[in-house]
Amino acid sequence: MTDAPVDIGVKTNAVSSRTERLQARLRGRYAREVRFKWYGRAAIGFALVFLVILLGSIIMQGRTAFYSHSVTLPVYMDASRIDRAYPQGANFEQIVAEQQLRRLGIQDDAQGSKTAAMKALFSSELKFQAAGMIARQPSLLGQTVPVTAPLADNADLYLKGKISQATPEDQRRISNEQMAWLDRMKASGSVRAHFNSALFTKGDSTQPELAGLLGAVVGSALMLLVTALIAIPVGVGAAVWLEEYSPRNRLTAIIEVNINNLAAVPSIVYGLLGLALFINFLHLPRASPLVGGLVLALMALPTVIIATRSSLKAVPPSIREAALAMGASRTQTVFGHVLPLAMPGVMTGSIIAMAHALGETAPLLLIGMISFVPGVPHAIDEPVGALPSLIYIWENASERAFHERTAAAILVLLAFMIVMNAAAILLRRRFERRW
Amino acid sequence: MIWIFLLLLIAFSGLAYLGGRRLATRRSAGVRAHSRPGQHGLYALIWVGMPALVVLIAASIFSTPLERQMLAAGAPDSVTQLEPFRREAFFSDARRIGDGLEAQQIWPAPYAEELPAEGRRAHRISSALSWGGGVAALIAAILGGIFVFVRIRPDLRARNRVESWISIALFACSVVAVLTTLGIIFSLVWDSLRFFNSVPITEFLFGTKWSPQMAIRADQIGSSGAFGAVPLFAGTFLIMMIAMMVAGPIGLFSAIYLSEYAGRRTRAVVKPLLEVLAGVPTVVYGFFAALTVGPAFRVFFNTIGGWLVGGPLDGIGQYLLLVQNQMALVAGAVMGIMLIPFVSSLSDDIMNAVPQSLRDGSYAMGATKSETVKRVLLPAALPGIAGAFLLAISRAIGETMIVTMAAGLAAKLTLNPLDTVTTVTVQIVTLLTGDQEFNSPKTLAAFGLGLTLFVVTLLLNIVAMRIVQAYREQYD
Repeated sequence: MTDAPVDIGVKTNAVSSRTERLQARLRGRYAREVRFKWYGRAAIGFALVFLVILLGSIIMQGRTAFYSHSVTLPVYMDASRIDRAYPQGANFEQIVAEQQLRRLGIQDDAQGSKTAAMKALFSSELKFQAAGMIARQPSLLGQTVPVTAPLADNADLYLKGKISQATPEDQRRISNEQMAWLDRMKASGSVRAHFNSALFTKGDSTQPELAGLLGAVVGSALMLLVTALIAIPVGVGAAVWLEEYSPRNRLTAIIEVNINNLAAVPSIVYGLLGLALFINFLHLPRASPLVGGLVLALMALPTVIIATRSSLKAVPPSIREAALAMGASRTQTVFGHVLPLAMPGVMTGSIIAMAHALGETAPLLLIGMISFVPGVPHAIDEPVGALPSLIYIWENASERAFHERTAAAILVLLAFMIVMNAAAILLRRRFERRW
Repeated sequence: MIWIFLLLLIAFSGLAYLGGRRLATRRSAGVRAHSRPGQHGLYALIWVGMPALVVLIAASIFSTPLERQMLAAGAPDSVTQLEPFRREAFFSDARRIGDGLEAQQIWPAPYAEELPAEGRRAHRISSALSWGGGVAALIAAILGGIFVFVRIRPDLRARNRVESWISIALFACSVVAVLTTLGIIFSLVWDSLRFFNSVPITEFLFGTKWSPQMAIRADQIGSSGAFGAVPLFAGTFLIMMIAMMVAGPIGLFSAIYLSEYAGRRTRAVVKPLLEVLAGVPTVVYGFFAALTVGPAFRVFFNTIGGWLVGGPLDGIGQYLLLVQNQMALVAGAVMGIMLIPFVSSLSDDIMNAVPQSLRDGSYAMGATKSETVKRVLLPAALPGIAGAFLLAISRAIGETMIVTMAAGLAAKLTLNPLDTVTTVTVQIVTLLTGDQEFNSPKTLAAFGLGLTLFVVTLLLNIVAMRIVQAYREQYD
């Protein structure tokens, strides 16, 4: 084009300006394309960042609940202050606090405020430990024996660095003096950090340092057992009927629509149903795993039905036709061939439905699983706590030490759910069959 | 006790199966039998197990009210004259003592002496009832057994009979789903009607003042109770809108990226990760909102307020300084995060259902991918995506734990996202988890709210599913 005549040069200019316009437009379109792609990436990134923040913040908050501090002190069992026949009546906290102050070389004032401050560092468990030792072995009276007990929640929080010295003294639950004592006891080795076994071996308690998850875990397990025993057989039965037996008529259509709608009913409505039907009408025991399991079973039912139906649908018709051609009845075909082939999908769907039921909270609050239940349950018709409702209760507690334990409870709940989902995925990987 | 009976029942049924099979084998020796021995066994099992099971279930349902009545009927006069509430407490302690437990309260003179005797009587009554149930079940099993063992013959059509029982049982299973719906409707409507007897339905639906404290005594002042639910609807709507503003764009864009741009590997990694967000229990989101997001937002707004105070926007600054942890924005934003995977997986399915030929046509005309998405894919998928959004909205309205833990309790008519608001679900939980007195309008109001919630979510779901269905059929 360089040696083109002049008159064509004008034309070339026009052409090149048009090409430029086109190219500019194309660049704009490509830029928009790239931008659009980045919007998508940003959206996914946003969601994943939130997932990381969510899990990260819970792990960071819950991490410290898995260890706790306990104190081991030599205690002189003063026979003049401890009644041999009724050791639990003795004021062990007072005795231990006085002895510990003496050991640290601190003179108490007339009101005994330093003894009170020292007492506040120990959990009330100290008293039960000491009284238990005397009750088992009265000969310990008059001797000096080591007694181990957890630290009180605020002392524990300070040693974990959750209460900072920088906070003004009147805004924290633990004074400078108490902090100094704790530091000295820690340095001398009488206060030690260890795995918080109370969290896994005890039931709920009003004192954070003694509160554990075992009661709630057992309660949730009992409830899930009831749920599984009801929801899985009934759900599978319903799915088999709808998929293999049902005539194509109005009734079937109503049942199908109904199941799809049930799957989308808010969980709290199931709680209202449980309260009105099972508790107020049938007088089943409030807050029991029986009622909780029944409510969760009704909730999980649509999920189990839908999962079972889709895995029954996946079994090719040729299997059914082959069985029927060999003279098997419909029931023999279904129970001898179709259902066993669909079983991996049924189990996967059921486990996922159970995992979902495990985390459900709102209906449990309405059927009374919001009250304080100490200890570990052992029957399905007495009040229990469940893991999710315990999380709700602890989150509402005023003691700060419950916050880290709430996060720890969440981690335990998530661990159970991860195990269940992993089992479901493994089942699918191992047994899934492509036709 | 009931567990022992159930175990016995299972054992008996197993024996019936074995016996039926054996008997069928023996009686059909040398003859051509209609059904196989195992089918005779199952037939025997059904006839032995089922009557006994029905009796046991009936006994366990009716024994509790029967026990109450028998206890009340034989009680000494001093107990009968107690006020109903104390009388129930007394009987409950009598039952505890009968079971070998400690009484829950200390009873004054005339009752303390009667308690041990009443405890023994309670124990006698409950053991008589449970043994009676067990014996009745045993008789039922024996009668069923006699009936069936007489009839086992080579020409008994045992297979057909067993199979028709099985299909009846399967049908009963699917009827459970219908019964659940009926149960929900009846329990909600029944208690709501009782509520609307004391509070007119128009006042409930259109009243603008919500303060459900009722006077416990007639002469109490200042707590007449107001049941206008409009502030709750407004709060629910506000939080739902915030949640959809978060979940809508993010969910839709992730779905577009995953279905149109992402390679197979990215999909295989990202999709399960998004599903994790959907699998996290809502109480965990509530904890996250209340203890992490709430304080973070408050610090953020307070800091901005601190900058603005003294400047031209002093008023706004002063307001922002007073923002609290609990606000609609926190609950809405966290709920939005929860809904992202819901919106994205539904939209993903819907966009995958758009025929490839539409995309190919667009590419052939020289359109870029984003132009294809914007001009072809989204318009084609619009009804389906609208359905997905409606389902997400219904999920947002019914969500309970996040709002209970992070939104607050103050019933206000406001559209300010920084204010504390309350929702329908929060009020249901609050009304039913406090001190309960079952006949006060305060607790019945929860059922009115529940009915409203149920109807609204049901309508949203029906509309959404119709839309999605119609959309799917369009491309099938």
